[in-house]
Amino acid sequence: MTEMIEVEHLHKVYKTKTGFHTAVRDVSFSVRKGELFGFLGPNGAGKTTTINILCTLLKPTQGKAALNGFDILKHPHAVRQSIGLVFQEPSLDERLTARENLEFHALLYNIPKTLRAERIHQMLAMMELEMRQDELVRHFSGGMKRRLEIARGLLHHPKVLFLDEPTLGLDPQTRSYIWNYIHELKSKGEITLFLTTHHMDEAEHCDRIAVIDHGEIIALDTPDSLKKTIGGDVIYLTTQNPKAAKEEIAHRYAVQVHEDPPKGLHFEMTHGAEFIPGFIREAGFKITSISVRRPTLEDVFLKLTGRKLREEQPDSLNLMKSHARMKKR
Amino acid sequence: MTVLAQMGTPLQRNLMGIYTIWLREVRKFWRDKSRIIGATVQPALFLLLLGTGIGRGIPQAFQVQHGAQEFLPGVKDYLTFIYPGIIAMTILFTSVFSAISIIWDREIGFLKEVMVAPISRWAVAIGKTFGGSTVAMLQGCLMLLLAPMIGVKLTVGTILALLPLLLYISFSLTAMGIAAAAQMRSMQGFTVIMNFLTLPMFFLSGAMFPVGGLPAWMDILVKVNPLTYGVDIIRAVVIGYNNYAPLFDLYVIGLFGLLMLAMAVLAFSERE
Repeated sequence: MTEMIEVEHLHKVYKTKTGFHTAVRDVSFSVRKGELFGFLGPNGAGKTTTINILCTLLKPTQGKAALNGFDILKHPHAVRQSIGLVFQEPSLDERLTARENLEFHALLYNIPKTLRAERIHQMLAMMELEMRQDELVRHFSGGMKRRLEIARGLLHHPKVLFLDEPTLGLDPQTRSYIWNYIHELKSKGEITLFLTTHHMDEAEHCDRIAVIDHGEIIALDTPDSLKKTIGGDVIYLTTQNPKAAKEEIAHRYAVQVHEDPPKGLHFEMTHGAEFIPGFIREAGFKITSISVRRPTLEDVFLKLTGRKLREEQPDSLNLMKSHARMKKR
Repeated sequence: MTVLAQMGTPLQRNLMGIYTIWLREVRKFWRDKSRIIGATVQPALFLLLLGTGIGRGIPQAFQVQHGAQEFLPGVKDYLTFIYPGIIAMTILFTSVFSAISIIWDREIGFLKEVMVAPISRWAVAIGKTFGGSTVAMLQGCLMLLLAPMIGVKLTVGTILALLPLLLYISFSLTAMGIAAAAQMRSMQGFTVIMNFLTLPMFFLSGAMFPVGGLPAWMDILVKVNPLTYGVDIIRAVVIGYNNYAPLFDLYVIGLFGLLMLAMAVLAFSERE
């Protein structure tokens, strides 16, 4: 069995006050064993809904999915035993210690008594939390909590580990720390990793990416292949008269020119570095700056949707939520 | 397949799940000493202040029928009379408010960890109910420490009979709390609804006054109130005074508990 996850024509429709909202629309894909698979898309694109369906937390409106060979509707418990989860939002009991959180998980997943202590020790060591295992989780930093959640998700040796926005709300240093763990896991080759992200740079780490928007998969390939769909490099330039420049470039080189106010204009061109000297000579407008860059997944997303996959603001709603929670204690 | 081998039988898994959820509730209760103290001092004050005040302050009301010797046949005074009622009150409040842990778990996201575990939803509901009722029973037992102060003599036999009885009543009342909490999203909402429910339940249970000779409308409310039978049987065991047959009490409490548990399980299973 090489396919760890198989999804066929998945649909999820929510009833809302005003009618129906299709969160997932005819989604089909499969994930191979040992693969690091990513879902890339803006917030509200249907990433979390799809994960929740695969984790048996939600029922699909239509369609089929199997995980580790188990149908998600017919054998939900076998699916649950096969997966580990790191949720987008914290899901630890902060009034228990790190060790107690893991013990609780070990009992829930029926890990044999003889293995429990050893596994907990292993996971705490791997996530470098041994020193603080007997402290209440409420005293942990965001990064430590996320590491503890990963440790918990791995405790019962799942076949698939789901990571829903694993680095959301973490500082850059902690983020790269978490990514080191993910690569370490991947290098062992035993586990399939499925993650969602709206960070391009994080999606780059994946073996394959499904780009998802408005509940639909609009592209699915390796990051390199996706970037190759862009016609070469991306040229960025600023000028005092962007309107005229836009028209001129589009006309002369038969390319689509995008306007991005603070950054200026950009367009795709093969062999960008060689293209620039001639371009400057021929330009009928004054160029104030120009640069060339290899295409990124951001460009891919822009090309596919016509929109930018904007960085989230440090989610003010979530900050408020966690602040309100602190107050309640 | 290794995953299946690790899982064990569904029954095994669910029993383990119930135990795990129970363990967490009890452990957290034990750790929270301020909660234990608060939940003990409040009913103790209620008992001593209200019991002494009403018992001594307005004796005429009670002496008309029975003379000055005893509050009721076989019941020395008012304080003795309400003591079992206060034990029942402690259990009621602790049971119902332990159910708030479900809403709390949802708020902190922990409920998801439980919901994706390979155990059935009914096991989650039952585990929560067992956990809450154990906590309520322990809290009720703390009230037994007041017996010497009231002048009620408890034998070892009485205490041994009380433990399973308090657990039995707690289970019924906790199931009621869980059934309600499973439907609710906000803690404030739950607190308001539960106050609205528990206070009348307490007042109409015969905890504070004898239930004989009440006006007809009140008599009906007292009789449909499941807590009435809880108070009655605790009173039967603690001070040997009761209005209904103990077996009938047990029957009503058990039936109510099963009904509430069924509702709690259903509420959990329905949620997506």
